Amino acid sequence: MEKFSYVNATSLEQVTELLSDSGWGEVMPIAGGTDLLAELKEYVETPKTLINLKTLPGMDEINADASGLKIGALVTVADIAKHPTIQHHYTVLAQAAGSVATPQIRNVGTLGGNLCQRPRCWYYRDENTNCLKKGGDLCYAVDGLSKYHAILGGDPVYIVHPSDLAPALIALGASVKIVGAEGEKTMSLEDFFTLPAANPFRENVLEPNEIVVEVQVPPAKPHTKSFYLKAREKGAPDFALASVAGVFEMDGRTCKAASVVLGGVAPAPWRSKEAEAALTGKMIDDTISKQAGADAVKDAQPLNDNAYKVTLTQNLVSRAAMMAAS
Amino acid sequence: MASWGEASESRLIGKRIPRLSGRDKVTGKAKYTFDINRPGLLYGRILRSEVAHANVVGVDLSAAEALPGVKAVTQIIDVGKKIRYQGQEIAAVAAETDDIAKDAIRLIRVDLEELPYVVTEEDAMAEGAPQIRDDWEANQSNPGVREEGDIKAGFDQAAVEVEATYHTPVQTHVCLETHGNVVEWEDEQNLTVWASTQGVFGVRNDLAGTFNLPANQVRVITEHMGGGFGSKFGAGVEAVTAANLARITGRPVKLMLTRKAEHLVAGNRPSMTQQVRAGATGDGRLIAYDMKGYGTGGISSGAGFSAPYVYHVPNLRTEKRNVTVNVGNQRAMRAPGHPQGAFAMDSLMDELAEKLGMNPLEFRRINDESEVRQAQYTLGAQEIGWHRRNSVPGSGKGVKKRGIGVGSGEWGGGGGRGTQARVTINSDGTVEAVTGTQDIGTGIRTAIAIIVAEEFGLAPTDIIVKVGDSAPGLPSGGSGGSQTTASVAPVIKTAAAAAKQKLFEHIASQLEAPIADLRVGNRTIYVVSDRTKTIKWELATGQLGMESISEGGNWDEDLRAGGVAGTQFAEVEVDTETGALRVLKIVAVQDCGLAINRLTTESQINGGVIMGLGQALLEERFVDAQTGRMLNANLEDYKVPGTFEIPEIKSIVFDTHRKVTGVGEPPCIPTLGAIANAVYNAIGVRIRELPITPDKVLTALAEKKA
Repeated sequence: MEKFSYVNATSLEQVTELLSDSGWGEVMPIAGGTDLLAELKEYVETPKTLINLKTLPGMDEINADASGLKIGALVTVADIAKHPTIQHHYTVLAQAAGSVATPQIRNVGTLGGNLCQRPRCWYYRDENTNCLKKGGDLCYAVDGLSKYHAILGGDPVYIVHPSDLAPALIALGASVKIVGAEGEKTMSLEDFFTLPAANPFRENVLEPNEIVVEVQVPPAKPHTKSFYLKAREKGAPDFALASVAGVFEMDGRTCKAASVVLGGVAPAPWRSKEAEAALTGKMIDDTISKQAGADAVKDAQPLNDNAYKVTLTQNLVSRAAMMAAS
Repeated sequence: MASWGEASESRLIGKRIPRLSGRDKVTGKAKYTFDINRPGLLYGRILRSEVAHANVVGVDLSAAEALPGVKAVTQIIDVGKKIRYQGQEIAAVAAETDDIAKDAIRLIRVDLEELPYVVTEEDAMAEGAPQIRDDWEANQSNPGVREEGDIKAGFDQAAVEVEATYHTPVQTHVCLETHGNVVEWEDEQNLTVWASTQGVFGVRNDLAGTFNLPANQVRVITEHMGGGFGSKFGAGVEAVTAANLARITGRPVKLMLTRKAEHLVAGNRPSMTQQVRAGATGDGRLIAYDMKGYGTGGISSGAGFSAPYVYHVPNLRTEKRNVTVNVGNQRAMRAPGHPQGAFAMDSLMDELAEKLGMNPLEFRRINDESEVRQAQYTLGAQEIGWHRRNSVPGSGKGVKKRGIGVGSGEWGGGGGRGTQARVTINSDGTVEAVTGTQDIGTGIRTAIAIIVAEEFGLAPTDIIVKVGDSAPGLPSGGSGGSQTTASVAPVIKTAAAAAKQKLFEHIASQLEAPIADLRVGNRTIYVVSDRTKTIKWELATGQLGMESISEGGNWDEDLRAGGVAGTQFAEVEVDTETGALRVLKIVAVQDCGLAINRLTTESQINGGVIMGLGQALLEERFVDAQTGRMLNANLEDYKVPGTFEIPEIKSIVFDTHRKVTGVGEPPCIPTLGAIANAVYNAIGVRIRELPITPDKVLTALAEKKA
């Protein structure tokens, strides 16, 4: 990696000030570093300064009460996975956290970092390949080896968003608190992520001088079942070939409300309004669940090597729906 | 005639003995090459090409040389020469820290004239493809043709035929310890090298040749070693480079390959594609076999595979070619040519059996001439519960379907001449065994201790075993071909016997007994005809004074034998909605000759099964045609089995005789066919291409449905 200076953050004001004029890549925040360090070592990023966020006070707590969940951006993935309230009332989130990487990575990787991690695309991660995402002309996945790439929302960059926590949190209706040089704002996590058509270089709305500080989750509704289903080639560590975060408000076998968010298949966590519509108000049976699966992928446009993801995603959505009804 | 004696007479040989280095390895006390640090150590790094094919027009080292902390920069490839694959060595640096070395190689400016390249077999064989080797046409070697019997007459007799294409991609070795060395010049004529190698003496001779030194002035040390699998025999570019850098700087240099370089240039198992047409008679005899196939070993040749494999075919024609591509070269990899051949053959056997309406195990019994495997079929079928398999493939109920399959393998082993060893009895009662072999993780150190301890009535932990050092001047061959134990064991055994004889000669008069009546056991020498006459081991050896006994050994043909057979059964579970595949159990029945140490033999079988499982389910090198670069030269996207993938493994050491043979390679062979056939038995769809990943399972199931 290139040499950089390292600053321990003392306040959010200091962080946003240091970030404010740098543009992308000059000054970068670091917390767990499980993604950023790999990017530095592979020369995908070459910042001059890193700001260590882990010295910021009060951002590593989980607060669970009647108003829902507040999870600081510095909370580790492991802490989310083992939190009793999250396990019982926000099961999808605990399952998603438990599926991330390995125990070592979960112990240091943070919520904020997990949401803001960069794509795993093997063209993007190759220093010597100047792909479209890095300012070049081509998304090499289009004519190249695309087994792990996007089937939805890809054009013109076919990366997939690698986060497991993001689909789960979006399915739970989470919002995200962002602090920047201009102050603080809160927005829905769903709107936080962006597609390459809007901006091929980034995966979310953050400006260079902004960081995620907290995620808020509304209270769990009664009679809700939730699951995170993650398909991968290898038990661990492995990123999702496709994943489904499903939150279902049930009355017996009837689905009163459904939230279905896909991971590993699109450049952003992909909310499937189609699958939700197919399930909402319905008595879930084999036919309905299959319909939901089919609807979830009806707009899918696979590349050369990833048509299997269409079937896989479809089946995972159907499986999640059947699990909700059982 | 020398012999290992009967099993009933053996106190240690054939028992389950924990490996001597186990404690040091799990506590981190064991020092691997990577762990060696010398006073004044410099760190070496190699700049490698990121381009697959190019003329070298210019190399400018000046900026690297000017970087503070850089002590030497050397050019490896000359201007005017050709780069022929990604990862090829261009230049190297030695610096005060590894970080400086990393920075320095990035300062080297390389001017390349890029040339058209091919990186896939299909592109290499396509019409109009750029020719990347002057000596081959169409990027292919001349075919090797083999003909036996009368293939036309064979097919005339066939009641059923199968035509199919089987493919296995390139697999890399993934040695946990990457290739590399720590190199130190004592003076201009004496070189010491800590090497991660399978061949201490091979590295010594390579470096002595390169630097024009007397061989005994190069000392190579491999105390512990983190895996080679066939890829770590010679000194290689990295050792020569490190030695050059050390000579220029007058300081020791550590140069270990990066994980990326390990994938790119440190060897791989070639790919295989075979189109087969085969026929069997109505009564289940394999009668005709016609195969055209190819594989790539990178820019070199060596992409051979075994076809047909194991089973007897009287009438056959095979045609094999090497295809050349601009990718790093193959090297020998655990049972070269066998696993890929076994996958294709065992898949084919099941396809033929199904057409015949015959139980695949029965079909194998008819066509397998190995009596050992016939017995293994019976034992393995019993262990896995063969009767539980689906009589109609894919007929299991539910989303997750289970299936059972079988596969076979064979290997040579048996060892050979070329090992020298010395067994020494010191007056303090200690016993040393010294030889120039190396323990590459397979447990030869412990095997040597067992053999010597058995001879002297001592415990294995009593024996001081010194291996992995060329300095004592007791050569042994490289550890390859599953030959180490069978090559070393006879020499150790005869050396120990000779030393014991010398000790008996020394002590016989005191015990007032003929030498032939002396025995040793329980740290006591006694007279077999009069048990009252004894002398404690330490008292006997104490009388040696300064005259320790030190004896060499001989190669003894009667103590070893070649040729092993193996059979494996697999049970798998396939999730038909996600394509996820889980191996539930492998039963590995492995003939290996005399198992000196049953425990480490079982470990060898476990390791082989895991490696076979990786090739069957996960491993594949991806090289991108657009950039000429490997896309998964890491351990994220090049996937090897982890704890979640490893099933229950029932490793059965199948005793056939009491001569040492060796078992390093063969247990990785039958796994592939057993798993592939189990998958078919589970889902009723044949996957003819490895690795069997979820995408292939889902695609195959979708095609079946359509």
